[in-house]
Amino acid sequence: MAVKKVVVLGGGVGGTIVANLLAKRFRPEEAEVTLVDKTGKHVYQPGFVYVAFGRTKPKSLVRDERKLLRKRVRLVIGEAVRIDPAGRKVHLADGTALAYDRLVIALGARLVPDELPGYAEAAHHFYSLEGALKLKEALRAFRGGRIVVTVASVPYKCPPAPSEAACQLDYYFTKKKLRDKVAIHFLSPLSRVFPLEPVNPVVEQIFAKHDIQSTIFFNVESIDTNAKTVTSIEGETVPYDLLLMIPPHRGAKVVEDSGLGDRGGWLPTDKHTLRTKAHPEIFGLGDCTDVPVSKSGAAAHFQAKVIAESIAADLTGQPATARYDGHVMCYCDAGYHKGISMSFDYEHPPVPPPLGLKDWLGKMVLNKVYWYLVPSGRV
Amino acid sequence: MVSAEQKIVLDARGSFCPGPLMELIRGIKQAKVGEVLEVWSSDQGSRKDIPFWIQKAGHELVGVFEEPSYARFVVKKLR
Repeated sequence: MAVKKVVVLGGGVGGTIVANLLAKRFRPEEAEVTLVDKTGKHVYQPGFVYVAFGRTKPKSLVRDERKLLRKRVRLVIGEAVRIDPAGRKVHLADGTALAYDRLVIALGARLVPDELPGYAEAAHHFYSLEGALKLKEALRAFRGGRIVVTVASVPYKCPPAPSEAACQLDYYFTKKKLRDKVAIHFLSPLSRVFPLEPVNPVVEQIFAKHDIQSTIFFNVESIDTNAKTVTSIEGETVPYDLLLMIPPHRGAKVVEDSGLGDRGGWLPTDKHTLRTKAHPEIFGLGDCTDVPVSKSGAAAHFQAKVIAESIAADLTGQPATARYDGHVMCYCDAGYHKGISMSFDYEHPPVPPPLGLKDWLGKMVLNKVYWYLVPSGRV
Repeated sequence: MVSAEQKIVLDARGSFCPGPLMELIRGIKQAKVGEVLEVWSSDQGSRKDIPFWIQKAGHELVGVFEEPSYARFVVKKLR
Protein backbone atom coordinates (compact mmCIF):
# COMPACT_ATOMS: atom_id res chain seq x y z
CA MET A 1 0.00 0.00 0.00
CA ALA A 2 1.38 3.39 -0.99
CA VAL A 3 1.94 5.84 1.84
CA LYS A 4 -1.17 8.01 2.15
CA LYS A 5 -0.66 11.72 2.55
CA VAL A 6 -2.65 13.86 4.93
CA VAL A 7 -2.02 17.61 4.94
CA VAL A 8 -3.39 19.83 7.68
CA LEU A 9 -3.38 23.60 7.17
CA GLY A 10 -3.24 25.52 10.45
CA GLY A 11 -1.62 24.83 13.81
CA GLY A 12 -4.44 25.98 16.03
CA VAL A 13 -6.34 23.74 18.38
CA GLY A 14 -8.27 21.85 15.69
CA GLY A 15 -5.42 21.25 13.27
CA THR A 16 -3.06 20.17 16.02
CA ILE A 17 -5.51 17.61 17.42
CA VAL A 18 -6.25 16.09 13.99
CA ALA A 19 -2.55 15.81 13.17
CA ASN A 20 -1.74 14.23 16.54
CA LEU A 21 -4.61 11.74 16.45
CA LEU A 22 -3.73 10.59 12.92
CA ALA A 23 -0.02 10.33 13.73
CA LYS A 24 -0.95 8.15 16.68
CA ARG A 25 -3.34 6.01 14.64
CA PHE A 26 -1.10 5.26 11.64
CA ARG A 27 2.42 3.94 11.25
CA PRO A 28 4.76 6.05 9.05
CA GLU A 29 4.61 3.47 6.25
CA GLU A 30 0.82 3.78 6.23
CA ALA A 31 0.30 7.53 6.33
CA GLU A 32 2.39 10.68 6.37
CA VAL A 33 0.88 13.55 8.31
CA THR A 34 2.09 17.08 7.49
CA LEU A 35 0.94 20.20 9.31
CA VAL A 36 1.55 23.59 7.72
CA ASP A 37 1.56 26.65 9.95
CA LYS A 38 2.56 30.19 9.11
CA THR A 39 4.34 31.00 12.36
CA GLY A 40 5.10 27.67 14.02
CA LYS A 41 3.64 29.13 17.21
CA HIS A 42 0.51 27.83 18.92
CA VAL A 43 -1.49 30.57 20.59
CA TYR A 44 -4.15 30.15 23.31
CA GLN A 45 -6.57 32.85 22.22
CA PRO A 46 -9.02 32.69 25.18
CA GLY A 47 -6.24 34.25 27.27
CA PHE A 48 -6.08 37.47 25.24
CA VAL A 49 -8.82 39.15 27.29
CA TYR A 50 -6.77 38.59 30.43
CA VAL A 51 -3.74 40.22 28.79
CA ALA A 52 -5.88 43.32 28.16
CA PHE A 53 -6.94 43.45 31.81
CA GLY A 54 -3.39 42.95 33.06
CA ARG A 55 -3.95 39.49 34.53
CA THR A 56 -1.93 37.32 32.14
CA LYS A 57 1.47 37.70 30.53
CA PRO A 58 1.54 37.22 26.74
CA LYS A 59 4.31 34.63 26.88
CA SER A 60 2.10 32.27 28.89
CA LEU A 61 -0.27 32.06 25.91
CA VAL A 62 2.26 31.03 23.26
CA ARG A 63 4.13 27.73 22.76
CA ASP A 64 6.15 26.24 19.94
CA GLU A 65 3.83 24.16 17.78
CA ARG A 66 6.61 21.60 17.34
CA LYS A 67 6.51 20.81 21.05
CA LEU A 68 2.77 20.15 20.95
CA LEU A 69 2.96 17.79 17.97
CA ARG A 70 3.81 14.12 18.06
CA LYS A 71 7.25 13.42 16.56
CA ARG A 72 5.69 11.66 13.59
CA VAL A 73 3.91 14.80 12.41
CA ARG A 74 5.99 16.73 9.89
CA LEU A 75 5.73 20.45 10.65
CA VAL A 76 6.21 22.82 7.75
CA ILE A 77 6.51 26.46 8.71
CA GLY A 78 5.12 28.26 5.73
CA GLU A 79 2.05 29.78 4.21
CA ALA A 80 -0.39 28.02 1.90
CA VAL A 81 -1.18 30.37 -0.97
CA ARG A 82 -3.27 28.19 -3.27
CA ILE A 83 -5.27 25.01 -2.94
CA ASP A 84 -5.71 22.96 -6.11
CA PRO A 85 -8.50 20.43 -5.49
CA ALA A 86 -8.28 19.00 -9.03
CA GLY A 87 -4.57 18.25 -8.69
CA ARG A 88 -4.89 17.50 -4.94
CA LYS A 89 -2.05 19.85 -4.13
CA VAL A 90 -1.41 22.75 -1.79
CA HIS A 91 1.00 25.40 -3.04
CA LEU A 92 3.09 27.26 -0.48
CA ALA A 93 4.47 30.79 -0.59
CA ASP A 94 8.04 29.48 -1.01
CA GLY A 95 7.09 27.84 -4.32
CA THR A 96 6.91 24.26 -3.05
CA ALA A 97 3.80 22.13 -3.29
CA LEU A 98 2.40 19.41 -1.05
CA ALA A 99 0.35 16.57 -2.51
CA TYR A 100 -2.47 15.14 -0.43
CA ASP A 101 -4.96 12.30 -0.33
CA ARG A 102 -6.91 14.08 2.40
CA LEU A 103 -6.66 17.78 3.25
CA VAL A 104 -7.84 19.49 6.43
CA ILE A 105 -8.34 23.25 6.30
CA ALA A 106 -8.14 24.54 9.86
CA LEU A 107 -6.88 28.07 9.29
CA GLY A 108 -9.18 29.96 11.61
CA ALA A 109 -10.90 33.27 11.01
CA ARG A 110 -9.00 36.29 9.69
CA LEU A 111 -9.26 39.71 11.31
CA VAL A 112 -9.86 42.34 8.64
CA PRO A 113 -9.99 45.73 10.44
CA ASP A 114 -9.64 47.58 7.13
CA GLU A 115 -13.13 46.48 6.09
CA LEU A 116 -14.62 49.10 8.41
CA PRO A 117 -13.32 52.63 7.68
CA GLY A 118 -12.03 54.31 10.83
CA TYR A 119 -11.70 51.05 12.73
CA ALA A 120 -7.91 50.93 12.86
CA GLU A 121 -7.73 54.53 14.04
CA ALA A 122 -10.55 54.48 16.57
CA ALA A 123 -11.19 51.01 17.92
CA HIS A 124 -9.57 48.77 20.48
CA HIS A 125 -9.93 44.99 20.71
CA PHE A 126 -8.45 41.93 22.36
CA TYR A 127 -8.58 39.52 19.41
CA SER A 128 -4.81 39.48 18.91
CA LEU A 129 -1.90 39.77 21.34
CA GLU A 130 -0.97 43.16 19.87
CA GLY A 131 -4.55 44.37 20.19
CA ALA A 132 -4.81 43.17 23.77
CA LEU A 133 -1.57 44.93 24.75
CA LYS A 134 -2.73 48.18 23.13
CA LEU A 135 -6.07 47.94 24.93
CA LYS A 136 -4.25 47.30 28.20
CA GLU A 137 -2.42 50.62 27.85
CA ALA A 138 -5.63 52.46 26.88
CA LEU A 139 -7.44 51.09 29.94
CA ARG A 140 -4.54 51.97 32.19
CA ALA A 141 -4.66 55.58 30.96
CA PHE A 142 -8.47 55.87 31.06
CA ARG A 143 -9.65 58.16 33.82
CA GLY A 144 -13.35 58.38 33.04
CA GLY A 145 -15.99 58.65 30.33
CA ARG A 146 -18.09 56.35 28.19
CA ILE A 147 -16.78 52.99 27.01
CA VAL A 148 -18.77 51.41 24.19
CA VAL A 149 -18.45 47.64 23.77
CA THR A 150 -19.65 46.09 20.53
CA VAL A 151 -18.80 44.00 17.46
CA ALA A 152 -18.00 45.32 13.99
CA SER A 153 -19.92 42.54 12.26
CA VAL A 154 -21.19 39.00 12.52
CA PRO A 155 -19.98 36.30 12.51
CA TYR A 156 -17.13 36.73 14.96
CA LYS A 157 -15.12 34.36 17.12
CA CYS A 158 -16.31 33.46 20.62
CA PRO A 159 -19.83 34.95 20.71
CA PRO A 160 -19.84 35.54 24.49
CA ALA A 161 -16.55 37.50 24.42
CA PRO A 162 -18.06 41.02 24.09
CA SER A 163 -20.42 40.59 27.05
CA GLU A 164 -17.63 38.97 29.02
CA ALA A 165 -15.47 42.01 28.21
CA ALA A 166 -18.21 44.37 29.45
CA CYS A 167 -18.27 42.47 32.76
CA GLN A 168 -14.48 42.59 32.96
CA LEU A 169 -14.52 46.37 32.37
CA ASP A 170 -16.92 46.79 35.28
CA TYR A 171 -14.77 44.60 37.52
CA TYR A 172 -11.52 46.33 36.44
CA PHE A 173 -12.73 49.89 37.07
CA THR A 174 -14.44 48.87 40.34
CA LYS A 175 -11.08 47.55 41.58
CA LYS A 176 -9.40 50.76 40.41
CA LYS A 177 -12.05 52.75 42.32
CA LEU A 178 -12.98 54.58 39.13
CA ARG A 179 -16.26 52.82 38.38
CA ASP A 180 -18.41 55.87 39.24
CA LYS A 181 -16.54 57.83 36.52
CA VAL A 182 -16.94 55.18 33.83
CA ALA A 183 -20.14 54.49 31.88
CA ILE A 184 -20.24 51.12 30.07
CA HIS A 185 -22.58 50.86 27.09
CA PHE A 186 -22.99 47.47 25.42
CA LEU A 187 -24.33 47.37 21.85
CA SER A 188 -25.63 43.97 20.76
CA PRO A 189 -26.17 43.11 17.08
CA LEU A 190 -28.91 40.68 18.09
CA SER A 191 -32.30 40.76 19.79
CA ARG A 192 -30.80 40.40 23.27
CA VAL A 193 -27.51 41.09 25.02
CA PHE A 194 -26.32 37.48 25.09
CA PRO A 195 -26.40 35.35 21.94
CA LEU A 196 -27.88 32.23 23.58
CA GLU A 197 -31.44 32.78 24.73
CA PRO A 198 -31.44 30.44 27.78
CA VAL A 199 -28.34 32.19 29.14
CA ASN A 200 -29.52 35.71 28.36
CA PRO A 201 -31.50 36.32 31.61
CA VAL A 202 -28.39 35.55 33.68
CA VAL A 203 -26.33 38.07 31.69
CA GLU A 204 -29.11 40.68 31.81
CA GLN A 205 -29.16 40.35 35.60
CA ILE A 206 -25.40 40.83 35.77
CA PHE A 207 -25.64 43.90 33.51
CA ALA A 208 -28.46 45.38 35.64
CA LYS A 209 -26.64 44.69 38.90
CA HIS A 210 -23.42 46.27 37.67
CA ASP A 211 -24.95 49.21 35.82
CA ILE A 212 -23.96 48.13 32.29
CA GLN A 213 -26.26 49.89 29.83
CA SER A 214 -27.33 47.94 26.75
CA THR A 215 -28.86 48.53 23.31
CA ILE A 216 -30.06 45.64 21.13
CA PHE A 217 -30.22 45.30 17.33
CA PHE A 218 -27.19 47.52 16.84
CA ASN A 219 -25.26 46.30 13.79
CA VAL A 220 -22.40 48.69 13.12
CA GLU A 221 -22.43 50.51 9.82
CA SER A 222 -19.85 53.26 10.37
CA ILE A 223 -17.53 54.98 12.81
CA ASP A 224 -17.14 58.76 12.86
CA THR A 225 -13.66 59.20 14.31
CA ASN A 226 -13.96 63.00 14.59
CA ALA A 227 -17.32 63.06 16.35
CA LYS A 228 -16.39 59.84 18.22
CA THR A 229 -19.65 58.11 17.41
CA VAL A 230 -20.77 54.74 16.05
CA THR A 231 -23.82 54.41 13.79
CA SER A 232 -25.80 51.22 13.14
CA ILE A 233 -27.41 49.87 9.97
CA GLU A 234 -30.64 50.13 11.97
CA GLY A 235 -30.12 53.90 12.14
CA GLU A 236 -28.97 54.68 15.70
CA THR A 237 -25.89 56.73 16.69
CA VAL A 238 -24.02 56.28 19.97
CA PRO A 239 -21.11 58.36 21.33
CA TYR A 240 -17.93 56.89 22.86
CA ASP A 241 -14.78 58.01 24.63
CA LEU A 242 -13.18 54.59 24.35
CA LEU A 243 -14.39 52.15 21.71
CA LEU A 244 -13.93 48.44 22.36
CA MET A 245 -15.07 46.78 19.15
CA ILE A 246 -14.50 43.19 18.01
CA PRO A 247 -12.92 43.60 14.54
CA PRO A 248 -14.55 42.40 11.30
CA HIS A 249 -13.75 38.79 10.42
CA ARG A 250 -13.44 36.90 7.15
CA GLY A 251 -12.51 33.34 6.26
CA ALA A 252 -8.96 32.28 5.41
CA LYS A 253 -7.19 34.13 2.61
CA VAL A 254 -6.00 31.00 0.79
CA VAL A 255 -9.58 29.71 0.78
CA GLU A 256 -10.74 32.92 -0.85
CA ASP A 257 -7.79 33.10 -3.24
CA SER A 258 -8.44 29.52 -4.35
CA GLY A 259 -12.11 30.28 -5.04
CA LEU A 260 -13.28 27.88 -2.36
CA GLY A 261 -15.01 30.34 -0.01
CA ASP A 262 -18.45 31.91 0.09
CA ARG A 263 -18.90 35.68 -0.05
CA GLY A 264 -17.40 36.10 3.42
CA GLY A 265 -14.54 33.76 2.62
CA TRP A 266 -16.01 31.01 4.81
CA LEU A 267 -15.51 27.45 3.61
CA PRO A 268 -18.83 25.75 2.75
CA THR A 269 -18.73 22.61 4.89
CA ASP A 270 -21.26 19.90 5.75
CA LYS A 271 -22.20 20.51 9.37
CA HIS A 272 -22.27 16.77 10.24
CA THR A 273 -19.55 15.12 8.13
CA LEU A 274 -17.32 18.24 8.10
CA ARG A 275 -16.39 17.48 4.49
CA THR A 276 -16.38 20.52 2.27
CA LYS A 277 -19.46 20.61 0.08
CA ALA A 278 -17.54 20.83 -3.19
CA HIS A 279 -14.72 18.38 -2.41
CA PRO A 280 -15.37 15.47 -0.03
CA GLU A 281 -11.64 14.73 0.28
CA ILE A 282 -11.13 18.17 1.82
CA PHE A 283 -12.35 18.72 5.39
CA GLY A 284 -13.29 22.07 6.92
CA LEU A 285 -12.45 22.50 10.59
CA GLY A 286 -13.28 25.21 13.09
CA ASP A 287 -13.56 28.96 12.64
CA CYS A 288 -12.74 29.07 8.91
CA THR A 289 -15.90 27.17 7.90
CA ASP A 290 -19.56 28.14 7.52
CA VAL A 291 -20.73 25.45 9.97
CA PRO A 292 -23.56 27.09 11.97
CA VAL A 293 -22.03 26.84 15.44
CA SER A 294 -20.05 29.27 17.60
CA LYS A 295 -16.63 30.01 16.23
CA SER A 296 -14.70 28.70 19.20
CA GLY A 297 -11.81 26.49 20.22
CA ALA A 298 -14.25 24.08 21.85
CA ALA A 299 -16.13 23.53 18.58
CA ALA A 300 -12.81 22.99 16.75
CA HIS A 301 -11.72 20.56 19.49
CA PHE A 302 -14.83 18.39 19.10
CA GLN A 303 -14.83 18.64 15.29
CA ALA A 304 -11.17 17.55 15.14
CA LYS A 305 -12.01 14.14 16.57
CA VAL A 306 -14.74 13.55 13.98
CA ILE A 307 -12.38 14.53 11.17
CA ALA A 308 -9.55 12.32 12.46
CA GLU A 309 -11.96 9.36 12.61
CA SER A 310 -13.32 10.08 9.13
CA ILE A 311 -9.86 10.33 7.59
CA ALA A 312 -8.79 7.11 9.33
CA ALA A 313 -11.85 5.40 7.84
CA ASP A 314 -11.16 6.81 4.36
CA LEU A 315 -7.52 5.73 4.41
CA THR A 316 -8.37 2.19 5.48
CA GLY A 317 -11.24 1.78 3.04
CA GLN A 318 -13.91 1.70 5.75
CA PRO A 319 -17.19 3.65 5.64
CA ALA A 320 -16.78 6.94 7.50
CA THR A 321 -19.57 7.08 10.05
CA ALA A 322 -18.36 9.73 12.51
CA ARG A 323 -20.63 12.78 12.68
CA TYR A 324 -20.26 16.13 14.40
CA ASP A 325 -23.30 16.79 16.59
CA GLY A 326 -22.75 20.55 16.94
CA HIS A 327 -21.29 20.26 20.45
CA VAL A 328 -19.83 23.47 21.87
CA MET A 329 -19.03 24.27 25.45
CA CYS A 330 -17.55 27.32 27.08
CA TYR A 331 -16.84 29.15 30.29
CA CYS A 332 -17.43 32.86 30.81
CA ASP A 333 -15.83 35.00 33.49
CA ALA A 334 -18.33 37.51 34.89
CA GLY A 335 -15.81 39.16 37.21
CA TYR A 336 -15.84 39.07 41.04
CA HIS A 337 -14.67 35.40 40.90
CA LYS A 338 -17.93 34.31 39.35
CA GLY A 339 -18.46 32.44 36.12
CA ILE A 340 -20.98 30.57 34.02
CA SER A 341 -20.53 27.57 31.78
CA MET A 342 -22.70 26.33 28.97
CA SER A 343 -22.78 23.26 26.79
CA PHE A 344 -25.03 22.66 23.79
CA ASP A 345 -25.30 20.94 20.42
CA TYR A 346 -27.54 20.92 17.33
CA GLU A 347 -30.30 19.11 19.22
CA HIS A 348 -29.92 20.43 22.76
CA PRO A 349 -29.96 24.11 23.69
CA PRO A 350 -27.93 25.17 26.72
CA VAL A 351 -29.51 24.79 30.14
CA PRO A 352 -29.56 28.13 32.02
CA PRO A 353 -26.51 27.90 34.23
CA PRO A 354 -26.12 29.21 37.76
CA LEU A 355 -23.60 32.02 38.20
CA GLY A 356 -20.93 31.05 40.68
CA LEU A 357 -17.42 30.33 41.84
CA LYS A 358 -17.38 26.78 40.43
CA ASP A 359 -17.49 27.80 36.77
CA TRP A 360 -15.06 30.65 37.33
CA LEU A 361 -12.61 28.12 38.77
CA GLY A 362 -13.39 25.84 35.83
CA LYS A 363 -12.26 28.55 33.45
CA MET A 364 -9.09 29.26 35.43
CA VAL A 365 -8.20 25.54 35.53
CA LEU A 366 -8.86 25.09 31.79
CA ASN A 367 -6.56 28.02 31.02
CA LYS A 368 -3.74 26.17 32.82
CA VAL A 369 -4.35 22.54 31.83
CA TYR A 370 -5.15 23.30 28.18
CA TRP A 371 -1.53 22.81 27.13
CA TYR A 372 -1.30 19.34 28.69
CA LEU A 373 -4.64 17.88 27.70
CA VAL A 374 -6.14 19.48 24.61
CA PRO A 375 -3.63 19.73 21.70
CA SER A 376 -2.55 16.10 22.20
CA GLY A 377 -6.12 14.95 21.62
CA ARG A 378 -6.07 13.25 25.02
CA VAL A 379 -9.42 14.74 26.04
CA MET B 1 -41.03 36.51 -9.26
CA VAL B 2 -37.53 35.60 -8.26
CA SER B 3 -36.01 32.45 -9.67
CA ALA B 4 -34.16 30.00 -7.45
CA GLU B 5 -30.88 30.90 -9.17
CA GLN B 6 -31.08 34.52 -8.07
CA LYS B 7 -31.92 33.76 -4.46
CA ILE B 8 -29.23 33.39 -1.81
CA VAL B 9 -30.20 30.50 0.47
CA LEU B 10 -28.83 30.43 4.03
CA ASP B 11 -29.49 27.06 5.63
CA ALA B 12 -29.36 27.62 9.40
CA ARG B 13 -31.50 24.62 10.33
CA GLY B 14 -30.24 22.96 13.50
CA SER B 15 -28.68 26.20 14.65
CA PHE B 16 -30.24 27.65 17.77
CA CYS B 17 -31.40 31.19 17.97
CA PRO B 18 -29.70 33.60 17.28
CA GLY B 19 -27.77 31.48 14.78
CA PRO B 20 -30.36 31.93 12.01
CA LEU B 21 -30.60 35.69 12.63
CA MET B 22 -26.79 35.97 12.60
CA GLU B 23 -26.75 34.10 9.30
CA LEU B 24 -29.32 36.55 7.91
CA ILE B 25 -27.44 39.65 9.13
CA ARG B 26 -24.24 38.24 7.63
CA GLY B 27 -26.05 37.47 4.39
CA ILE B 28 -27.67 40.91 4.20
CA LYS B 29 -24.34 42.65 4.76
CA GLN B 30 -22.74 40.66 1.96
CA ALA B 31 -25.69 41.05 -0.43
CA LYS B 32 -26.37 43.88 -2.84
CA VAL B 33 -29.41 46.15 -2.59
CA GLY B 34 -32.34 44.48 -4.31
CA GLU B 35 -31.07 40.93 -3.82
CA VAL B 36 -33.36 38.35 -2.25
CA LEU B 37 -32.18 36.08 0.54
CA GLU B 38 -33.85 33.09 2.06
CA VAL B 39 -32.93 31.88 5.52
CA TRP B 40 -34.07 28.46 6.75
CA SER B 41 -34.56 28.05 10.46
CA SER B 42 -35.85 25.22 12.62
CA ASP B 43 -35.69 27.40 15.74
CA GLN B 44 -38.96 28.76 17.11
CA GLY B 45 -37.29 31.95 18.34
CA SER B 46 -36.57 32.96 14.74
CA ARG B 47 -40.30 33.53 14.09
CA LYS B 48 -40.16 36.54 16.39
CA ASP B 49 -36.51 37.63 16.02
CA ILE B 50 -36.16 37.61 12.25
CA PRO B 51 -39.28 39.66 11.31
CA PHE B 52 -38.51 42.08 14.17
CA TRP B 53 -34.97 42.66 12.93
CA ILE B 54 -36.02 42.97 9.27
CA GLN B 55 -38.48 45.69 10.24
CA LYS B 56 -35.94 47.50 12.43
CA ALA B 57 -33.22 47.33 9.77
CA GLY B 58 -35.59 48.55 7.02
CA HIS B 59 -35.67 45.55 4.68
CA GLU B 60 -38.66 43.74 3.21
CA LEU B 61 -40.03 40.47 4.55
CA VAL B 62 -41.29 38.95 1.32
CA GLY B 63 -42.80 36.00 3.13
CA VAL B 64 -42.53 33.29 5.75
CA PHE B 65 -43.14 29.79 4.42
CA GLU B 66 -43.75 26.91 6.80
CA GLU B 67 -42.20 23.58 5.82
CA PRO B 68 -42.72 20.35 7.81
CA SER B 69 -39.78 20.89 10.18
CA TYR B 70 -38.58 24.42 9.54
CA ALA B 71 -39.57 27.84 8.25
CA ARG B 72 -38.23 29.72 5.23
CA PHE B 73 -37.92 33.48 5.65
CA VAL B 74 -37.62 35.30 2.34
CA VAL B 75 -36.09 38.75 2.64
CA LYS B 76 -35.31 41.49 0.14
CA LYS B 77 -32.42 43.86 0.89
CA LEU B 78 -33.73 47.40 0.46
CA ARG B 79 -30.94 49.68 1.69
